[in-house]
Amino acid sequence: MPGPGFCGLSPLRVFPSVFVVAALLGLLPVLRSHGLQNTVTSKVSTMGLYIGPGDGDVTSAPPEVSHEVHPVTNHSGPFHGKPRKPFPVLGIDYTHVRTPFEISLWILLACLMKLGFHVIPTISNIVPESCLLIVVGLLVGGLIKGVGESPPVLESKIFFLFLLPPIILDAGYFLPLRPFTENLGTILIFAVVGTLWNAFFLGGLMYAVCMVGGPQINEIGLLDNLLFGSIISAVDPVAVLAVFEEIHINELLHILVFGESLLNDAVTVVLYHLFEEFAGIDHVTLVDIVLGFLSFFVVSLGGVFVGVVYGIIAAFTSRFTSHIRVIEPLFVFLYSYMAYLSAELFHLSGIMALIASGVMMRPYVEANISHKSHTTIKYFLKMWSSISETLIFIFLGVSTVAGSHHWNWTFVISTLLFCLIARVLGVLGLTWFINKFRIVKLTPKDQFIIAYGGLRGAIAFSLGYLLDVRHFPMRELFLTAIITVIFFTVFVQGMTIRPLVDLLAVKKKQESKRSINEEIHTQFLDHLLTGIEDICGHYGHHHWKDKLNRFNKKYVKKCLIAGERSNEPQLIAFYHKMEMKQAIELVESGGVGKIPPAVSTVSMQNIHPKAPSERILPALSKDKEEEIRKILRNNLQKTRQRLKSYNRHTLVADPFEEAWNQMLLRRQKVRQLEQKINNYLTVPAHKLDSPTMSRARIGSDPLAYEPKPDSENLPIITIDPASPQSPESVDLVNEELKGKDSVLEEEEEDERGLVMHPKEPSSPGTDDVFTPEPGDSPSTQRMLRCLSDPGPRPEPGEGEPFIPKGQ
Amino acid sequence: MGSSQSTSEEVRELVGKTGFSSDQIEQLHRRFKQLSGNQLTIRKENFNNIPDLELNPIRSKIIRAFFDNRNLRKAPTGLADEINFEDFLTIMSYFRPIETNMDEEQLEHCRKEKLRFLFHMYDSDSDGRITLEEYRNVVEELLSGNPHIEKESARSIADGAMMEAASVCVGQMQPDQVYEGITFDDFLKIWQGIDIETKMHVRFLNMETIALCH
Repeated sequence: MPGPGFCGLSPLRVFPSVFVVAALLGLLPVLRSHGLQNTVTSKVSTMGLYIGPGDGDVTSAPPEVSHEVHPVTNHSGPFHGKPRKPFPVLGIDYTHVRTPFEISLWILLACLMKLGFHVIPTISNIVPESCLLIVVGLLVGGLIKGVGESPPVLESKIFFLFLLPPIILDAGYFLPLRPFTENLGTILIFAVVGTLWNAFFLGGLMYAVCMVGGPQINEIGLLDNLLFGSIISAVDPVAVLAVFEEIHINELLHILVFGESLLNDAVTVVLYHLFEEFAGIDHVTLVDIVLGFLSFFVVSLGGVFVGVVYGIIAAFTSRFTSHIRVIEPLFVFLYSYMAYLSAELFHLSGIMALIASGVMMRPYVEANISHKSHTTIKYFLKMWSSISETLIFIFLGVSTVAGSHHWNWTFVISTLLFCLIARVLGVLGLTWFINKFRIVKLTPKDQFIIAYGGLRGAIAFSLGYLLDVRHFPMRELFLTAIITVIFFTVFVQGMTIRPLVDLLAVKKKQESKRSINEEIHTQFLDHLLTGIEDICGHYGHHHWKDKLNRFNKKYVKKCLIAGERSNEPQLIAFYHKMEMKQAIELVESGGVGKIPPAVSTVSMQNIHPKAPSERILPALSKDKEEEIRKILRNNLQKTRQRLKSYNRHTLVADPFEEAWNQMLLRRQKVRQLEQKINNYLTVPAHKLDSPTMSRARIGSDPLAYEPKPDSENLPIITIDPASPQSPESVDLVNEELKGKDSVLEEEEEDERGLVMHPKEPSSPGTDDVFTPEPGDSPSTQRMLRCLSDPGPRPEPGEGEPFIPKGQ
Repeated sequence: MGSSQSTSEEVRELVGKTGFSSDQIEQLHRRFKQLSGNQLTIRKENFNNIPDLELNPIRSKIIRAFFDNRNLRKAPTGLADEINFEDFLTIMSYFRPIETNMDEEQLEHCRKEKLRFLFHMYDSDSDGRITLEEYRNVVEELLSGNPHIEKESARSIADGAMMEAASVCVGQMQPDQVYEGITFDDFLKIWQGIDIETKMHVRFLNMETIALCH
């Protein structure tokens, strides 16, 4: 968009190009230095990411590691008889760090690219990120080729073992479970039947084309074509995620296409292995087909089973991590990754295992782990999946340049055409069938989006790459066709889907904040429908869901969730979560000095006018209230300072002068805090010290407030202006206070104790004064306390007066 | 069919009134007879025979809804003592799935009816408003399945929800303004984001009366 100043815009435009150039320049010396050491086939090959005479054949035996033959000038032993060189102060040993260096460089390139795209908003509005990344990959690949090296190809092993799992785990862990389970039938039908249809339709038609297509492709048999069909027919989760993320369509369509892309992995795995096996055999018997059918169930259900087992173990482990919070996220990642690897070990569906483990462990793990761990998990998953995705697309581009291609017009064009036709026909047919059973029917608009959103991606490429050239001589042809289809779907369909969505006015995602009202209503509705079903005598959806919930509550939660949380009903957990979120939001926004417009001025007074009669607070005079208010407010700042450097002897000398501005800011912040907390957090002291609350305490959120247990003591506020020890003394009164609607409700959350210091002449800015009066003590106030982070365990001396009360 | 209530003419009449198909009416009638013990009417006590319903936290509200005169479209307030089959069907018709051939107006009407049913369940004293007390009562019932949760928590949740509703429906409020309660229009506003038509339905297609009574 046109900016105000032209010169202001150009640095921004220059930035990404600078990044790109820098990244590429960084690569060049790498390549040059490699050129000097041509004979080095070092450990890099085992990692698979080698820049060598591009062969990329995984099935070849691991290359002999002929060790570094670089000119050994540095470590010549005495018995070599070489002329003695002076001791090298500086030396270069590139091969030592080569592998990690190159990997880091690639990842850095990916990150810089991502950064660059967001600096130029104009392009990223039109072109989805995935396309841009592929283009970058093409450029980089071209550059590397131009330098004279052969660019690296996307090794299947790296792809399946390192790049794909983070994306799938991110998707599975944060899968919106409710819409997923509600539409499970539809998703399964699309995934299984749809993919089968695609594979066979495409394979069959391609076979027909091959028969008549000319001499180049005549030898491709039916099984080969079916294999090709099964590779290319699977909708790719990575591509779908990348494109659909940006267009924000409604939840239903998103979950349908995305769920399909996840669940069709089982079908793809089975078909792939099936046809790969059969490729050597001449004819297929019925037994083979039956076995293939059986293997589908084994692969999918086995994958899910493995995932569930690992998920339960992870949930169980998290129950005991309350003392070592720092490694909690690691458990989640490791167990999920192990689930994936274990499934891959047995040729089961790794993706389904990963999804199942994420879904299984999430509710229990989240109840057990700390708030920080939760945030860590979320951010790490997002980070890894984002980088993985970027790398995948870049490598797709590079591999396109790198690979040896075999272009055959007939084959490629007909593949493309039939892919599209197969997808459209499949979706139409299946929707017609599914709509008979759905309450919420799929409209033609929905069907169009589902068909159009069937993108192919890197999984297809990697599967093609895995083919053995010896068994499949037409591997290059396949790869070319696959790449063409991927490019077409990602570029053409990816770019046009957004304007099409707008054009067709497809319902977009509703940004609804989860409110407590919604939660109450949803639960109410669930119970209502279950009740109606019971009355009708119909064992339907809700009945079984209710039974599952009850089973979960009674048995499973007790095992897998630590401590008190296991009994916490969902509504309360939700409410606490929301409270915490609001409190954090409040604190974060409070420092700016303006009240966010979303703050409502509705308070308890507005909805419950009878509340005043419940006030236990005897009316204090206005001045006393003001004074108390000032003291408490000031104390907030004092508290913070005190806690920073706790030393009871240095407490007395509070540096007033430097803290002046800080105090003014605090007061402003406190004022907003009062208002907002007044509105939302009317929660009285919970007798049930729920772990959410203790998490808030432990989680070192400043100003998180903590309910204190009931106490019989009447709170005593005694002010002692002069204690024997020093002119200004601090007297922390032991208040065990709890609170509710009181006049001073506003201050409830801020203070921790009372601080006293000698009276100063009052002036508008300096109202930190409390006039002591002998007979003033016990005013029955109930106040909530707000603690700054006291650490994982409250100190033993907390809450007691620092200095014994003088008389 | 020999029973006096299921002659084809009456069935057709019911089909017209409630919108169920004749098969569904047959099945529901069978269920009705099971619940009522072959009587012509059902009373509240008959609902105690359903074992699965015992575990439902909002059981009393559900049963009450069947006898609510507002739902039966008989009177603006009060409870009926007993209901006959036609009333039973009327209540059940609130849970029919929406049909594909409905136009916008019918859809809107359907939605409103369903929401009105819900509203009546919340508004127990029939004054047209869900007051804070009634809301608290709802939340308490929802949490009643957990015996060791205290009333305090339920009340605070209800209070918080009520305040949120007030701020959604009225917006900014002065300290002296009072929000009486959630009216039906406010209720509609709260539910605006949620597709009630797609959520509030029970499949009456294949029902086997396998849920036995005592």
